[in-house]
Amino acid sequence: MTAYSIERIREQFPILNQQVNNRPLVYLDNAASNQKPNAVVDCISNYYTSYHANIHRGAHHLAQLATEAYENARTIIANHLNAQREEIIFTYGTTDGINLVAQTWGRRNLKAGDRIVISGLEHHSNLVPWQMVAEENGCIIDIIPVLSDGTLDMVVYDQLLEKKPKLVAVNQVSNSLGTVNPIAEMISKAKNVNACVLIDGAQAVSHFEIDVKRMDCDFYVFSGHKIYGPTGIGVLYGKKDILEAMPAWRGGGEMIKSVSYQSFSVNELPYKFEAGTPNIADGIALGQAIEFVNSLGLNAIREHETLLTQTATQRLLEVPGMRLIGTAEEKTSVISFLIDGLHPYDVGTLLDQLGVAVRTGHHCTEPLMHALGIPGTIRASFACYNTLEEVDLFIEAVKKATQMLS
Amino acid sequence: MTIEQRQQEIIEEFALFDDWMQKYEHIIELGKELPVISSEFKTDDNIIKGCQSRVWLHAEMLDSGVVHFTADSDAIITKGMIAMMIRVLSDQAPEDIASADLHFVNEIGLHQHLSPTRSNGLLSMIKQMKFYSLAFQAKNNG
Repeated sequence: MTAYSIERIREQFPILNQQVNNRPLVYLDNAASNQKPNAVVDCISNYYTSYHANIHRGAHHLAQLATEAYENARTIIANHLNAQREEIIFTYGTTDGINLVAQTWGRRNLKAGDRIVISGLEHHSNLVPWQMVAEENGCIIDIIPVLSDGTLDMVVYDQLLEKKPKLVAVNQVSNSLGTVNPIAEMISKAKNVNACVLIDGAQAVSHFEIDVKRMDCDFYVFSGHKIYGPTGIGVLYGKKDILEAMPAWRGGGEMIKSVSYQSFSVNELPYKFEAGTPNIADGIALGQAIEFVNSLGLNAIREHETLLTQTATQRLLEVPGMRLIGTAEEKTSVISFLIDGLHPYDVGTLLDQLGVAVRTGHHCTEPLMHALGIPGTIRASFACYNTLEEVDLFIEAVKKATQMLS
Repeated sequence: MTIEQRQQEIIEEFALFDDWMQKYEHIIELGKELPVISSEFKTDDNIIKGCQSRVWLHAEMLDSGVVHFTADSDAIITKGMIAMMIRVLSDQAPEDIASADLHFVNEIGLHQHLSPTRSNGLLSMIKQMKFYSLAFQAKNNG
């Protein structure tokens, strides 16, 4: 394997090479969305300049090229997840995928009194869709509490499983704290009580190799833009037999086999869940994004990110009043923190003036922030292209902001 | 002093700063100096929820016919911005507040704090200040 060359990686992300407020941009908002390599951007541009056409059913040359590229992307994704092609449904993103499962599998299978277990770490997008189903069907949502270090209370999880939930829906990695949940253990325990399992992989896909077969989850969802791909495209993996038993959701073109004025019959997988002209360009580009991470190797990326995260974490502790939020042993490259007496918004505003892009606020996990008794956090998150020099600039900026606000 | 004169005053004040750091140090200072809102007004009813920082705003009509504002925030930069809004709009006639064009924010280069993406509650606060003024005005006329 070739050495991890940060210069060569950064060359592929020209967006990083710019000044913000007359300072070099330090982009540390990767957990919200990471940047796109040239291969992904060029792929979108190339699609529209060379072979754009509506896919499937078209008899002409361009339609054929576009269809092949789109379906090839599906194959790349299927191989990457160790799934079958027909188990890969293109969605608009993680949120869309969870809503699809909630509105089809959920509405079909969850009845009044049935229990859903989700974790206290969930993003709103893995909470609200279930609340919507619960409101309609009268099912009950149980929450696995979060311990002070940002890990899940597995004792309570075991207790909740004794109530025989129909569904366990948890994230593999917390977006707010970076906690890596023990999903192998959680899935196997859920399977022991015959619960269906959905894993929100939005924060995991750019750090870990994913094998849905080994994982044995029933659904796995993620967004393209969290794995160096475009926004507006995502993936829902579902076990074939479960997807087949699920009713279609959105109606329209592509998802039907035949239609009369009175009725319709649904198409086969995966098209059954892909009504309307899909996001062709971004689907193809998501395939490219996955090829990009595989060209670097997810293990090599993670090793690099771990170095950055550990260095930054240690150095942040030099700042007086530093309080790390989320100190789990297993974490991705996310550092959430607060500084005593300072509001996250103020720190974020000054960091922006210093060219450092971080995220501040509740990170779409309002209940988690309430549970932790904090208004929100400042969150820095690293990606494959960040450098140790950027860690230095980040630390200097935090120190400067702290000094100005104290 | 009219709303316009007060805006000009702030613009001149900010013209003295050479860089952003001095500017923000000044805003932070203004935030620290903002008179404390009376605890009886720092209620949930008076809260303007931004996504990130919270703002409390209280308005009252004085006998002299002007609207008096007091406010607070949990974030100091937001508080500094509030201090400027109050300096410009407080103790002015309700019709002047309602029709005020707060161009000074743009001219001192802080317009980004009023962008909806900032979700600091400031944009909502200005709307609320104008809303109070319209309500007082309607009450006066009625």
